[in-house]
Amino acid sequence: MPLPAEQFLEFDQQGTPLLQDAATKVAHAKQWQDKYRLLMQLGKLLPVIDDAAKTEDALVDGCESAAWLFHFPLGDLHLFLADSDARIVKGLIVLLLAATNGKTTNEILAFDANAYFAELGLAGQLSPSRSNGLYALAAQIQRCAQ
Amino acid sequence: MNHAAIRSQFPLLNCLQEEDYPLCYLDNAATAQKPAMVLQAMDAFYRQQNANVHRGSYQLSAAATAAVEASRDKLQRFINAEQRQEVIFTHGTTESLNMLAYGLEPQLQAGDLILVDSAAHHANIVPWQQLALRTGAQVVPIPLDEELRLDDAACKLLLAKRPKIVALSHVSNVLGTVNNITALCQRIRAAGAISVVDGAQAVAHLPVDVQALGCDFYAFSGHKMYGPTGVGILWGKLAQLEQLTPMLTGGEMIKTVSFSGSTFGALPHRLEAGTPPIAEIIGLAAAVDFLTQFVDANSRQHEQRLLQQLRDGLLAMPAVELYAAHADNLGAIAFNIRGEHHHDVGALLDQQGIAIRCGHHCAMPLMSLMALNGCCRASLGIYNNEQDVARFLAALQQTIALLTEEI
Repeated sequence: MPLPAEQFLEFDQQGTPLLQDAATKVAHAKQWQDKYRLLMQLGKLLPVIDDAAKTEDALVDGCESAAWLFHFPLGDLHLFLADSDARIVKGLIVLLLAATNGKTTNEILAFDANAYFAELGLAGQLSPSRSNGLYALAAQIQRCAQ
Repeated sequence: MNHAAIRSQFPLLNCLQEEDYPLCYLDNAATAQKPAMVLQAMDAFYRQQNANVHRGSYQLSAAATAAVEASRDKLQRFINAEQRQEVIFTHGTTESLNMLAYGLEPQLQAGDLILVDSAAHHANIVPWQQLALRTGAQVVPIPLDEELRLDDAACKLLLAKRPKIVALSHVSNVLGTVNNITALCQRIRAAGAISVVDGAQAVAHLPVDVQALGCDFYAFSGHKMYGPTGVGILWGKLAQLEQLTPMLTGGEMIKTVSFSGSTFGALPHRLEAGTPPIAEIIGLAAAVDFLTQFVDANSRQHEQRLLQQLRDGLLAMPAVELYAAHADNLGAIAFNIRGEHHHDVGALLDQQGIAIRCGHHCAMPLMSLMALNGCCRASLGIYNNEQDVARFLAALQQTIALLTEEI
């Protein structure tokens, strides 16, 4: 079952400023405890997604914890929603969406996830060998935008 | 030998720093760190002895060949194989088991039963499933009892159905539970079946005597016993090995080749097509030397004490759910934090320099039997000490505190 368009639109309108604020907070957190506390809180910014929408198609390969990504093209813009069953992964997803949700194809394709996570002080999180699947999620967002 | 002297032989443990925390390595069931003598043996081979084996007409190749064959002798003694040709060099347990599942194909017919340990690693499940797909045989899991050990009564009933092959793990890679292979193999033999044992998690933790175990085949990897990756062993009784169809052909394993047909050489080379992982085989021999020199009743007791310390520490935390943590387990302990995702636990421990594995551990059928998406596993090696366990337990407390904060 596809997610309703309203859910994407609502998240885009209400969520975007919150997400960007969250990313700034993460970047400024000095201690790992504070960073991870924030990451675990961030997941709560994502709306609850109906289990029926979490199909095989939406499941992102390469995550050992399950993660689902939903894409809604709106003109030249791309809206996303996502979910994961692990809290930290969910927080990392929120950070990814803070940088990519509501952006144009060109902006998303030009997005450098490595540099972005390094700026947030989370450089180690985005590697193909990480089981959090963030690398696969970032790649999937760029594929959706193409 | 005191324990600090054993630990000091592992260069990686003495140099890695994760942020402000020194590394606390408790993922030995995935792979073990390597002692200097293994690294030196491989380095010396490439510096002084590198040549292909079994075919050179010159001294360097003869020396490399002698070193590889000396490794075989060493491995033969290490597992007490009756004959040296019974020791086949492979690239690891997964390849060993795939070679077996391929090689046994002509002995199987549609409808034949293959029994597989429900706690098996995927490497000891999927090759049998593929074999079943090709032959029409049927893979049947051997159920576990409430303690997550092989269910004795169910095992008896299944053996009465005269299976062709029974595939077991010696030690579970997730739970650390130990199967009584000697007793099981007696019954398997009496039922007329071929017994296959995945020993990947056993060789570093207990003495393995394949003749005393009484199995037909035993597979293990070098890298979990302080040796290099990319090398492993398939041991089999000679008569059994001789019946296997080689999965890989060409190179080393042939006797004659013409376009009208080829004949294969004798064991062990018949099952060792292509250039073997020569440096790794030599490194594996050094790992056997290490184990022979330093692993004894004392070091085993040390490891058991640490496992006990882990178990006691985890039992004292009400938030922890432990799985099948029996007193006779080996090497590993599996757990979850109630209500928390294993990945969150792993990520927060990682921030504190603790390396453990969190996931399905290549044992999805076992996870589904336990009704889990995954779990955390801490696993021990010979170099771990009381401080490692204490640090892990303290880091886990901190992790639980972070996860359960009101946010």
